[in-house]
Amino acid sequence: MTHDQQPMTESASLSVANDRVQIDRAIEQVAAALDRFGYDKASRFAVKLSLQEGLANAIFHGHKDLPPATPVRLEYSVSPSEVRLSISDQGPGFDPGSVPDPTLDENLERPCGRGIMLIRSYMTEVSYGPGGNRVDMRYARPSAATSP
Amino acid sequence: MQSKDSRLRVRRIDNITQVEFIDRNILDEGNIQAIAEEIARLIESDPSPRLLICFQNVDHLSSAALGALITINNKVRDRRGQLRLSNIDPQIQEVFAITRLTKIFQIHETAEEAIRSFKPA
Repeated sequence: MTHDQQPMTESASLSVANDRVQIDRAIEQVAAALDRFGYDKASRFAVKLSLQEGLANAIFHGHKDLPPATPVRLEYSVSPSEVRLSISDQGPGFDPGSVPDPTLDENLERPCGRGIMLIRSYMTEVSYGPGGNRVDMRYARPSAATSP
Repeated sequence: MQSKDSRLRVRRIDNITQVEFIDRNILDEGNIQAIAEEIARLIESDPSPRLLICFQNVDHLSSAALGALITINNKVRDRRGQLRLSNIDPQIQEVFAITRLTKIFQIHETAEEAIRSFKPA
Protein backbone atom coordinates (compact mmCIF):
# COMPACT_ATOMS: atom_id res chain seq x y z
CA MET A 1 0.00 0.00 0.00
CA THR A 2 1.34 3.46 -0.85
CA HIS A 3 0.81 6.50 1.34
CA ASP A 4 -1.75 7.77 -1.17
CA GLN A 5 -4.07 4.82 -0.74
CA GLN A 6 -7.14 5.11 1.48
CA PRO A 7 -7.13 2.65 4.41
CA MET A 8 -10.03 0.22 4.24
CA THR A 9 -11.34 1.22 7.65
CA GLU A 10 -10.69 4.09 10.00
CA SER A 11 -11.54 3.47 13.63
CA ALA A 12 -10.93 4.95 17.06
CA SER A 13 -12.09 4.84 20.64
CA LEU A 14 -12.67 8.11 22.48
CA SER A 15 -13.57 9.21 26.00
CA VAL A 16 -16.12 12.02 26.01
CA ALA A 17 -17.08 13.90 29.18
CA ASN A 18 -19.93 16.36 29.73
CA ASP A 19 -18.04 19.16 28.04
CA ARG A 20 -19.19 20.89 24.86
CA VAL A 21 -15.66 21.10 23.46
CA GLN A 22 -15.12 17.34 23.91
CA ILE A 23 -18.54 16.51 22.45
CA ASP A 24 -18.00 18.77 19.42
CA ARG A 25 -14.48 17.42 18.90
CA ALA A 26 -15.73 13.82 18.92
CA ILE A 27 -18.52 14.60 16.44
CA GLU A 28 -16.17 16.49 14.14
CA GLN A 29 -13.60 13.70 14.30
CA VAL A 30 -16.17 11.21 13.03
CA ALA A 31 -17.48 13.69 10.45
CA ALA A 32 -13.93 14.25 9.19
CA ALA A 33 -13.53 10.49 8.72
CA LEU A 34 -16.74 10.46 6.65
CA ASP A 35 -15.33 13.28 4.54
CA ARG A 36 -12.14 11.31 3.92
CA PHE A 37 -14.23 8.40 2.64
CA GLY A 38 -16.26 10.71 0.43
CA TYR A 39 -19.65 10.33 2.14
CA ASP A 40 -22.15 12.89 0.88
CA LYS A 41 -23.87 15.71 2.73
CA ALA A 42 -26.98 13.66 3.57
CA SER A 43 -24.88 10.85 5.09
CA ARG A 44 -22.85 13.35 7.05
CA PHE A 45 -26.07 14.90 8.38
CA ALA A 46 -27.52 11.50 9.34
CA VAL A 47 -24.40 10.34 11.16
CA LYS A 48 -23.74 13.65 12.91
CA LEU A 49 -27.34 13.90 14.10
CA SER A 50 -27.39 10.31 15.38
CA LEU A 51 -24.03 10.71 17.07
CA GLN A 52 -25.15 13.96 18.70
CA GLU A 53 -28.34 12.34 19.97
CA GLY A 54 -26.55 9.20 21.18
CA LEU A 55 -23.94 11.21 23.07
CA ALA A 56 -26.61 13.51 24.51
CA ASN A 57 -28.61 10.52 25.76
CA ALA A 58 -25.53 8.96 27.34
CA ILE A 59 -24.17 12.16 28.88
CA PHE A 60 -27.31 14.06 29.87
CA HIS A 61 -29.57 11.13 30.74
CA GLY A 62 -27.26 8.16 31.44
CA HIS A 63 -24.82 10.26 33.47
CA LYS A 64 -27.45 12.58 34.96
CA ASP A 65 -26.49 11.63 38.52
CA LEU A 66 -22.76 11.24 37.92
CA PRO A 67 -20.01 13.88 38.09
CA PRO A 68 -19.71 15.85 34.80
CA ALA A 69 -16.17 14.61 34.27
CA THR A 70 -17.36 10.99 34.08
CA PRO A 71 -16.66 10.02 30.47
CA VAL A 72 -18.77 8.02 28.08
CA ARG A 73 -16.98 5.80 25.59
CA LEU A 74 -17.42 6.33 21.86
CA GLU A 75 -16.07 3.72 19.48
CA TYR A 76 -16.42 4.25 15.77
CA SER A 77 -15.34 2.76 12.52
CA VAL A 78 -15.77 4.20 9.07
CA SER A 79 -15.28 2.20 5.90
CA PRO A 80 -16.22 2.85 2.29
CA SER A 81 -19.54 1.05 2.79
CA GLU A 82 -20.65 1.74 6.36
CA VAL A 83 -20.23 3.67 9.59
CA ARG A 84 -20.45 1.95 12.95
CA LEU A 85 -20.89 3.86 16.19
CA SER A 86 -21.00 2.44 19.71
CA ILE A 87 -21.65 4.64 22.73
CA SER A 88 -21.35 3.23 26.26
CA ASP A 89 -22.14 5.09 29.45
CA GLN A 90 -21.58 4.29 33.12
CA GLY A 91 -25.14 5.07 34.19
CA PRO A 92 -27.82 2.67 35.40
CA GLY A 93 -29.09 1.97 31.88
CA PHE A 94 -32.61 2.38 30.57
CA ASP A 95 -35.26 0.45 28.71
CA PRO A 96 -35.54 1.97 25.22
CA GLY A 97 -38.97 0.35 24.91
CA SER A 98 -40.23 2.49 27.77
CA VAL A 99 -39.83 5.76 25.83
CA PRO A 100 -43.26 6.80 24.49
CA ASP A 101 -43.62 7.19 20.73
CA PRO A 102 -43.21 10.97 20.25
CA THR A 103 -45.02 10.90 16.91
CA LEU A 104 -48.36 9.86 18.41
CA ASP A 105 -50.85 12.72 18.45
CA GLU A 106 -51.05 12.68 22.23
CA ASN A 107 -47.25 13.02 22.55
CA LEU A 108 -46.57 15.62 19.85
CA GLU A 109 -46.43 18.48 22.33
CA ARG A 110 -44.17 16.71 24.80
CA PRO A 111 -40.83 18.51 24.69
CA CYS A 112 -38.66 15.38 25.02
CA GLY A 113 -38.27 11.81 23.79
CA ARG A 114 -37.30 12.42 20.15
CA GLY A 115 -33.60 11.54 20.23
CA ILE A 116 -34.08 7.77 20.09
CA MET A 117 -36.62 7.92 17.28
CA LEU A 118 -34.34 10.21 15.25
CA ILE A 119 -31.47 7.74 15.66
CA ARG A 120 -33.76 4.91 14.53
CA SER A 121 -34.92 6.99 11.56
CA TYR A 122 -31.48 7.92 10.29
CA MET A 123 -29.47 4.79 11.12
CA THR A 124 -29.74 1.51 9.23
CA GLU A 125 -29.53 -0.62 12.40
CA VAL A 126 -29.76 0.29 16.07
CA SER A 127 -29.42 -2.07 19.02
CA TYR A 128 -28.97 -1.68 22.74
CA GLY A 129 -26.68 -3.60 25.06
CA PRO A 130 -28.32 -5.84 27.70
CA GLY A 131 -27.84 -3.31 30.51
CA GLY A 132 -29.41 -0.51 28.49
CA ASN A 133 -26.32 1.63 28.78
CA ARG A 134 -24.78 0.91 25.40
CA VAL A 135 -26.16 1.75 21.99
CA ASP A 136 -24.73 0.31 18.78
CA MET A 137 -25.58 1.95 15.47
CA ARG A 138 -24.78 1.08 11.89
CA TYR A 139 -25.20 3.39 8.93
CA ALA A 140 -24.99 1.68 5.55
CA ARG A 141 -23.88 4.00 2.81
CA PRO A 142 -26.72 4.46 0.32
CA SER A 143 -26.08 2.44 -2.82
CA ALA A 144 -23.05 1.09 -0.98
CA ALA A 145 -20.71 -1.72 -1.92
CA THR A 146 -18.99 0.87 -4.06
CA SER A 147 -15.78 2.69 -3.52
CA PRO A 148 -15.93 6.29 -2.26
CA MET B 1 -33.07 43.84 25.24
CA GLN B 2 -30.37 41.48 24.03
CA SER B 3 -27.44 40.70 26.29
CA LYS B 4 -23.91 40.71 24.91
CA ASP B 5 -23.90 36.91 25.26
CA SER B 6 -27.07 36.50 23.20
CA ARG B 7 -27.04 33.71 20.61
CA LEU B 8 -29.90 35.45 18.79
CA ARG B 9 -30.48 38.36 16.44
CA VAL B 10 -33.79 39.98 17.30
CA ARG B 11 -35.68 42.59 15.26
CA ARG B 12 -39.13 43.97 15.77
CA ILE B 13 -40.91 45.16 12.63
CA ASP B 14 -44.63 45.94 12.37
CA ASN B 15 -45.39 44.29 15.72
CA ILE B 16 -43.70 41.09 14.60
CA THR B 17 -40.70 39.88 16.57
CA GLN B 18 -38.22 38.26 14.21
CA VAL B 19 -35.58 35.98 15.68
CA GLU B 20 -32.53 34.55 13.91
CA PHE B 21 -29.89 32.25 15.32
CA ILE B 22 -26.24 33.23 15.35
CA ASP B 23 -25.02 29.62 15.62
CA ARG B 24 -25.06 27.21 12.69
CA ASN B 25 -25.41 24.25 15.04
CA ILE B 26 -28.06 24.35 17.74
CA LEU B 27 -26.96 21.33 19.71
CA ASP B 28 -25.56 22.39 23.04
CA GLU B 29 -28.04 21.85 25.87
CA GLY B 30 -26.75 24.88 27.81
CA ASN B 31 -27.04 27.16 24.78
CA ILE B 32 -30.48 25.78 23.93
CA GLN B 33 -31.71 26.54 27.42
CA ALA B 34 -30.30 30.10 27.22
CA ILE B 35 -31.91 30.62 23.80
CA ALA B 36 -35.25 29.28 25.04
CA GLU B 37 -35.16 31.56 28.06
CA GLU B 38 -34.34 34.58 25.90
CA ILE B 39 -37.21 33.83 23.53
CA ALA B 40 -39.50 33.21 26.53
CA ARG B 41 -38.70 36.72 27.77
CA LEU B 42 -39.61 38.13 24.35
CA ILE B 43 -42.92 36.26 24.45
CA GLU B 44 -43.70 37.38 28.00
CA SER B 45 -42.97 41.02 27.16
CA ASP B 46 -45.74 41.06 24.56
CA PRO B 47 -49.44 40.71 25.45
CA SER B 48 -50.19 39.15 22.06
CA PRO B 49 -46.89 37.91 20.65
CA ARG B 50 -46.37 37.48 16.93
CA LEU B 51 -43.09 35.63 16.68
CA LEU B 52 -41.14 34.56 13.61
CA ILE B 53 -38.17 32.24 14.12
CA CYS B 54 -35.94 32.18 11.06
CA PHE B 55 -33.54 29.22 10.63
CA GLN B 56 -31.60 30.78 7.76
CA ASN B 57 -28.13 30.06 9.18
CA VAL B 58 -28.86 26.75 10.88
CA ASP B 59 -27.26 23.52 9.63
CA HIS B 60 -27.91 21.19 12.56
CA LEU B 61 -30.61 21.00 15.19
CA SER B 62 -30.81 18.52 18.07
CA SER B 63 -33.88 16.92 19.60
CA ALA B 64 -33.28 19.15 22.64
CA ALA B 65 -33.72 22.17 20.34
CA LEU B 66 -36.96 20.66 19.01
CA GLY B 67 -38.12 20.30 22.60
CA ALA B 68 -37.32 23.96 23.26
CA LEU B 69 -39.33 24.96 20.18
CA ILE B 70 -42.32 23.00 21.48
CA THR B 71 -42.08 24.79 24.82
CA ILE B 72 -41.89 28.12 22.96
CA ASN B 73 -44.94 27.17 20.89
CA ASN B 74 -46.86 26.34 24.07
CA LYS B 75 -45.93 29.70 25.64
CA VAL B 76 -47.03 31.60 22.53
CA ARG B 77 -50.31 29.71 22.43
CA ASP B 78 -50.92 30.37 26.15
CA ARG B 79 -50.78 34.10 25.34
CA ARG B 80 -53.02 33.67 22.30
CA GLY B 81 -50.10 34.65 20.11
CA GLN B 82 -48.86 33.39 16.76
CA LEU B 83 -45.64 31.55 15.95
CA ARG B 84 -44.17 30.98 12.50
CA LEU B 85 -40.96 29.23 11.43
CA SER B 86 -39.14 29.95 8.19
CA ASN B 87 -36.05 29.34 6.05
CA ILE B 88 -35.50 25.81 7.28
CA ASP B 89 -32.80 23.82 5.51
CA PRO B 90 -34.32 20.82 3.63
CA GLN B 91 -32.45 18.33 5.83
CA ILE B 92 -33.77 19.95 8.99
CA GLN B 93 -37.21 20.18 7.39
CA GLU B 94 -37.00 16.41 7.08
CA VAL B 95 -36.37 16.17 10.84
CA PHE B 96 -39.57 18.14 11.43
CA ALA B 97 -41.40 15.79 9.07
CA ILE B 98 -40.02 12.58 10.66
CA THR B 99 -41.01 13.78 14.12
CA ARG B 100 -44.41 14.95 12.77
CA LEU B 101 -43.76 18.40 14.21
CA THR B 102 -44.94 19.81 10.89
CA LYS B 103 -48.37 19.15 12.39
CA ILE B 104 -47.95 21.66 15.21
CA PHE B 105 -45.69 24.29 13.63
CA GLN B 106 -46.56 26.64 10.79
CA ILE B 107 -43.48 26.45 8.59
CA HIS B 108 -42.89 28.79 5.64
CA GLU B 109 -40.26 28.73 2.97
CA THR B 110 -39.28 32.37 3.39
CA ALA B 111 -39.51 35.01 6.11
CA GLU B 112 -41.56 37.22 3.76
CA GLU B 113 -44.12 34.47 3.26
CA ALA B 114 -44.25 33.84 7.01
CA ILE B 115 -44.76 37.55 7.74
CA ARG B 116 -47.67 37.67 5.27
CA SER B 117 -49.30 34.73 7.04
CA PHE B 118 -49.68 36.48 10.41
CA LYS B 119 -53.21 37.45 11.29
CA PRO B 120 -53.66 41.02 12.59
CA ALA B 121 -52.95 41.24 16.32
